[in-house]
Amino acid sequence: MDLRLSSAEPTAAERNAVDNAVSRMLGAPSDSQPFLDAGHNARGRRHLLLPALHAVSDAVGWISPGALNHIARRLSVPAAEVYGVATFYALFSTEPRAPRVVHVCDDIVCSAAGSEAIATALAAEDVCWLSSPCLGLCERAPAVLHQRAGEPDFSQAPASAAAVLAATDASRADQVFADPRVSAPQAGQAGLRLLRRVGVVDPTSLDDYRAHGGYSALRRAIQLGPSRVIEEVRDSGLTGRGGAAFPTGVKWDGVATAPQRPHYLICNADESEPGTFKDRVLMELDPFGLIEAMTIAGYATGCELGYLYIRGEYPLATRRLQAAIEAAYRRGYLGPDVMGEGFAFDIELRRGAGAYICGEETALLNSIEGYRGEPRNKPPFPSVSGLFGKPTVINNVETLYNVLEILQIGGPGFAEIGAGRSTGTKLFCVSGAIAVPGVYEVAFGATLRELLELAGGVTGQLRAVLLGGAAGGFVLPSQLDTPLTLEGTRDIGATLGSGVVLVLDTAADIPAVLRRIAAFFRDESCGQCVPCRVGTVRQEEALARLTRGAPRGSWETELALLSDLARVMQDASICGLGHTAPAAVQSAIALGLLAVTPDPSRNGSTSGKVRP
Amino acid sequence: MTTPVMLGAIRRLMTITLDGREVRVPEGYTILEALHAAGDATQADTPTLCWAPNLNPVNACRVCVVELEGSRVLVPSCARKVENGMQVRTNTERVRHSRRMVLELLASSVDLSQAGDDVQRWMASYGVDPQRYGPPANVAGDRDRRHAGHHHHPDGSTAETVAQPIKIDNELYVRDYSRCIMCYKCVKACGTDAQFTFAITAAGRGFDTRIATEYNVELPDSACVYCGNCIGVCPTGALKSVREHELRESGQWDPAAETITTTICSFCGVGCNLELHVQHAQIVNVTSPSDHSVTHGHLCIKGRFGFQHVQNLPDQA
Ligand SMILES: Cc1cc2nc3c(=O)[nH]c(=O)nc-3n(C[C@H](O)[C@H](O)[C@H](O)COP(=O)(O)O)c2cc1C
Ligand code: SF4
Ligand code: SF4
Ligand code: SF4
Ligand code: FES
Ligand code: FES
Repeated sequence: MDLRLSSAEPTAAERNAVDNAVSRMLGAPSDSQPFLDAGHNARGRRHLLLPALHAVSDAVGWISPGALNHIARRLSVPAAEVYGVATFYALFSTEPRAPRVVHVCDDIVCSAAGSEAIATALAAEDVCWLSSPCLGLCERAPAVLHQRAGEPDFSQAPASAAAVLAATDASRADQVFADPRVSAPQAGQAGLRLLRRVGVVDPTSLDDYRAHGGYSALRRAIQLGPSRVIEEVRDSGLTGRGGAAFPTGVKWDGVATAPQRPHYLICNADESEPGTFKDRVLMELDPFGLIEAMTIAGYATGCELGYLYIRGEYPLATRRLQAAIEAAYRRGYLGPDVMGEGFAFDIELRRGAGAYICGEETALLNSIEGYRGEPRNKPPFPSVSGLFGKPTVINNVETLYNVLEILQIGGPGFAEIGAGRSTGTKLFCVSGAIAVPGVYEVAFGATLRELLELAGGVTGQLRAVLLGGAAGGFVLPSQLDTPLTLEGTRDIGATLGSGVVLVLDTAADIPAVLRRIAAFFRDESCGQCVPCRVGTVRQEEALARLTRGAPRGSWETELALLSDLARVMQDASICGLGHTAPAAVQSAIALGLLAVTPDPSRNGSTSGKVRP
Repeated sequence: MTTPVMLGAIRRLMTITLDGREVRVPEGYTILEALHAAGDATQADTPTLCWAPNLNPVNACRVCVVELEGSRVLVPSCARKVENGMQVRTNTERVRHSRRMVLELLASSVDLSQAGDDVQRWMASYGVDPQRYGPPANVAGDRDRRHAGHHHHPDGSTAETVAQPIKIDNELYVRDYSRCIMCYKCVKACGTDAQFTFAITAAGRGFDTRIATEYNVELPDSACVYCGNCIGVCPTGALKSVREHELRESGQWDPAAETITTTICSFCGVGCNLELHVQHAQIVNVTSPSDHSVTHGHLCIKGRFGFQHVQNLPDQA
């Protein structure tokens, strides 16, 4: 294809950033071909688009026309398409922007914890700041992310206006995360499985990882051989922890036996569901565990390459994993001959760039391939036609950590933990009005009440728990004895989702929470299909009218309108984002949490308290 | 030596039921093709917006959804391939609800007044009421620059729309994105499905997604070669020739008087079929039939816009 590009040229810094990223990822040999005009060669490079955009954005803070042209030329991708991809992601700017940007989380937990004061202070000091959906640091709310040109990004949480203004650099900021018990209060306790090494092992040391049992699971896997590993996983009853609860053994078997080659593995570490931070904590504090688990998954399903797609807002986890991958390579735990056992496995780390939808598995495929992160039509499912059209296993981070445990205690042993079809243990992200927020591991079947007690109890008087995140629903105080299992939550019309347990006390402004959720889906819809693209806008508008106490027509006509919207989004959207976009709002309506008239017992604070 | 005889693909027949009636259609058909080929008049009139006979299924608008036994959600008939034993229902309350809502959501946010008779008919028959979302918001001038993940929080007193200024930046066609339903057909026609020019893309995200060139440069500065294939597939009048735009603006557009003359393009030897759309003895548009074996409905700048040179109009003399 002929590229027709504008005359804009890259600066030296932009050119270097792109060239370094492209040659690093292609390796020297193929890079010595100066021309890549068309055909396979060119198509083979499109998957470098997202890394190339990151490289430019990291170096100079925005994607200029000259830089975009250079990317287009190097990768043989039309300029319009590069632009279409760049503008899909919230972390990229296609307009000049300050080299230092602070993303201030204004999502449910952080806004209750005072994020607005931070934003106000930054505005007063003329700091470039943007509001952000949940940054996955809710246990340390309020949270901010510093995005900096020419220096590493870093998170700050808990953040204060003064601390954000005084922030120096990543290495200092990362030290705040040194105490693991802030994020995983159970760290170091006996009997933990998923969190066994969290806070115990040195996350930067492969030797320490091995000293704590690291790589024994992979050894066991190699003894068993691929098909018996899959058998163990099937016997364990493990289901996916990314939200859909699909049986992992079935998924693995499907890819392992697919005749088409190569097979690909993807670890979905895009964790962006508001209120979710469990994957982040695992990756920050036990990064080698994920590398080992991915290696086992690759070995079992016949993949020689695994992509680790990590949320762009997770700088510390990214650094830890990058270092862990490099260490594993150096020591032969990754590469052409893993542990001298005669099989090859490589891991490529890919960063997202601010798009919740890229956690949806087919959007994730498109994002890696260098296209807009728009979900694909299913069928075909990724296990049949996934990355680059090949059979692909996609698993959540927590799902993969479970595989280590399965190999330690065997599939049947694993199946004995938990309750009924919900086998094993589960991580819950407890945040909000709770004494000790953090990631908690409990066996499936513990009740919500027990979990809240484990986390020190509710601060204030419990009003409701948002279970499963923005895509989940509410649970009332009267339902606290619900067992936390797939079946138990389904029975009360709720869902475990990604393990969010967001506690709201009577001081919480539930209509404002709903508006934040509605705004989230409006922002994060990819825009492909009408029910979700326009439905999320109309849902937010209707909620705005209701919470202002200014319904069009009556309260009932507005509820009917919301219900009409919910039905078309659930029935006719392409992907899970649209299907679940009305879930929390409908749940709140069904449970009477969106009260019409101020409830006198609560001093009239249920409605009308939302900023216009 | 024997030479193979091309018989065309021999396809197995699949048995499916359409609203309870069993029909047999070739393997590889989509449900929509089955409805067209084997459905009754109502089934064959399944509404579509992002589908076109000469493009791969886009599967974005979701107006064509049907109920499929065993599927939790509705499925897009334009993209879903038939399988033996499928039970398809096209006229359930669920199906009608989703189709009505898709049309209603579009009508509440996009100017559909030039979207053609079928669309108007479907809106009437599905009982669309776009007014219930409130009065439309004002024209927004900033849609091209909106940043993904950020939007202005509404108070709900008006219904947000895609209304925006029209783009007139070249002599051949205009882009009036207040009428754009984001069906992606122009992007497909410009790219992988016909033209392979890739001058335009979907940019931005969510409701702020728009069809754009890189950095929204004007068409003459973009890769566009003015084949007009995007115009040919646009279902809503968002893309149209300057000629048509001017006639509409001056109140002289008269589709009732339009006649269509079929001819073959004389600019080169390929043999593209042309359909000259004539109003009051003037060619106003040129198209090509989507089922034509040479063009599949797609043309180049000469066929599409060269008509300006074949007629000596009094005011151009
Ligand atoms: C809008 C949306 C966002 C999602 N985000 C994530 C995510 O961040 N991480 C994740 O593991 N799964 C996410 N999922 C679920 C994935 O599509 C997929 O089911 C999962 O990664 C499969 O892995 P599992 O079987 O191990 O759970 C998301 C789904 C949707 C619809
Ligand atoms: S449901 Fe929403 S996020 Fe999913 S494809 Fe449709 S517009 Fe995109
Ligand atoms: S006229 Fe042709 S080249 Fe130009 S945007 Fe339309 S389809 Fe693409
Ligand atoms: S301009 Fe026309 S063809 Fe292109 S997306 Fe919009 S409505 Fe569809
Ligand atoms: S980090 Fe702010 S709400 Fe999750
Ligand atoms: S016509 Fe089928 S999804 Fe648009």
